[in-house]
Amino acid sequence: MPFDVYLNVAVSGVLTGLVYGLMALGLSVIFGVVRVVNFAHGEMMTVAMYIAVTLFSALHLDPLVMLVPIAAVLFAFGYVLQAGLINPFITRPEHSQFLLLVAIAIILVNGLLIAFGPSAQNVQVAYAFDSFQLGWLIIDATKAYAALAAVAVSAALFVFFRSTTLGTSIRACADNYTGALVVGLNVKRLYALTFALGAACVGAAGPMLLLIFDVTPAAGPAYTLLAFVIVITGGLGSMPGALVGGVLIGLTEAMAGLVFTPSAKSMFAFAILVLVLLFRPQGIMGKRTA
Amino acid sequence: MIRRLTAGVPARALFLLGALLVGLLVAPLFAGDYVLTVLILILYFAYTGQAWNIMMGFAGQLSLGHALYVGLGAYTAAALYVHFGLGPWIGLLVAIPVAAVTGAFIGFLAFRFRVAGVYFAILTIAFAEFARVGFDHFGWTNASSGLFLPVAQYTHNDLWQLRGHPVMFYYVLLAATVLAFVFCRALLKSRIGYFWLAIREDEEAARSSGIDTFHYKMIAVVISAAMTSFAGVVYAFYYNNLFPEQVFNISRSIDIILGPIAGGIGTLFGPILGGFLIEILGEGLRSLLESFGIDVPGIKQVVFGVILLLVVVAMPDGVWPWLARKLGLTERQK
Repeated sequence: MPFDVYLNVAVSGVLTGLVYGLMALGLSVIFGVVRVVNFAHGEMMTVAMYIAVTLFSALHLDPLVMLVPIAAVLFAFGYVLQAGLINPFITRPEHSQFLLLVAIAIILVNGLLIAFGPSAQNVQVAYAFDSFQLGWLIIDATKAYAALAAVAVSAALFVFFRSTTLGTSIRACADNYTGALVVGLNVKRLYALTFALGAACVGAAGPMLLLIFDVTPAAGPAYTLLAFVIVITGGLGSMPGALVGGVLIGLTEAMAGLVFTPSAKSMFAFAILVLVLLFRPQGIMGKRTA
Repeated sequence: MIRRLTAGVPARALFLLGALLVGLLVAPLFAGDYVLTVLILILYFAYTGQAWNIMMGFAGQLSLGHALYVGLGAYTAAALYVHFGLGPWIGLLVAIPVAAVTGAFIGFLAFRFRVAGVYFAILTIAFAEFARVGFDHFGWTNASSGLFLPVAQYTHNDLWQLRGHPVMFYYVLLAATVLAFVFCRALLKSRIGYFWLAIREDEEAARSSGIDTFHYKMIAVVISAAMTSFAGVVYAFYYNNLFPEQVFNISRSIDIILGPIAGGIGTLFGPILGGFLIEILGEGLRSLLESFGIDVPGIKQVVFGVILLLVVVAMPDGVWPWLARKLGLTERQK
């Protein structure tokens, strides 16, 4: 196979990986602050994807344009979920939290199944088959737009956490729970806000990914797993790590699909996870904690 | 031995346990095909839940990938049967080491590098998923087109070949569940059991009091994996068909752990009670919906999810600790 085929596939893998990264960023933010592993993460993203599908087929609204309102819907969903259900669970053992989120995931997957049926759905935007040519590099327009949007949303999130008072307060809760309580932060509200932000990440990533992949109700658990793999590879709790992990996994999947067979691609993502856990358990960008 | 195992257990509890056993022994005489199928599933989940409970309930290591050991057991025994005509019990002799070595490998990777808690759980998912995709491309076991066992006529029961009527599978699983229950009780009352509980409660404290935590966590994984592989062998010969997509699916791992969590993690009777609760709930729900003429795919699971949610919120320790208190069956402390 000529070299430029590899390069083209690699670039498309990196672009998809950036969207994966945004999805994983949501998981990472939630875990880093609330210390709850969101086992319903991918399921929440498929909800966002179905909202985008419905808006597109009913009103011909472009998923990338509807990104902000969909993210807002997921934001509200995440806030209510954390404030209503998960907050009482933050001091409970891990398996108890796990079961709570599994229950939520089961409800979401099958709710979607009832509402939309089991078959795959997608959107056919006007630019679905457009591409950009850079020398001998051919880039799909959909992937390029999706990746650009993912980078923009991630950047906005970085700025929020670095430069705003609210973002700094949330980081304070993550660094020192008791300390945050002592200085008078409303930790429960900040937790709800964090979960809402994490949900908004998948609310934004879902419509982007819809330009690249079909959606089925059953896709949720697979995305949850993928988000885990990315976050652990990049480093749990590290925001840049999620993006780096996303790109790495996107690239690995694309190359594995080309060199071996597309159906075996997730095996390589898991192989990377095992290698990372073996040689750098804190993840590529993670800090080693005692 | 028996005295040591029953020490501290109220006589009432032993009596009820005996009554339950007698009830289960005679159940096939009264049960129709449908009830028998449900009972088989209950025992299957009681047994696998008990095996999983050794890792999570006793040693505190959360495995979310137990479908891996079921699948390895099922595929090992089925492939040996299909390719070499070796019976399931010989298959079991191979399946147990295969599952145990895999468990030991995962445990070694995780515990050497102090991969714990959530990280460990996700590592176990990763291996199960790895196996799922791997078997999807593994030609010797027919890859994704599935491995089929020749289906037997139910003319006579051949225990040696595990070919026969579902009643035979029922008794095989009942025996396994009883043995697993007694075995787990013995483990819990042994030195290893106390070390496990120490590790579960506070690993650092356990290590500083001189317990080789790596060693005992490894024992937990290996025993749990080996026990689970037996369920896989029975699964293969009961269903006669294996698809990687189904056998290694993460939902199968979650099915296994729902029972013990609902019943009560770390309790001996929790996995058994959990098996009954989850199956009866699921089947009851199905027939209830059918009687209302509701036949929408997914609706049963949604209601199931809601009930699960309520149980987790209202009874975080599971149903058994609460039920045991109500029935006055709590074990006396020495």
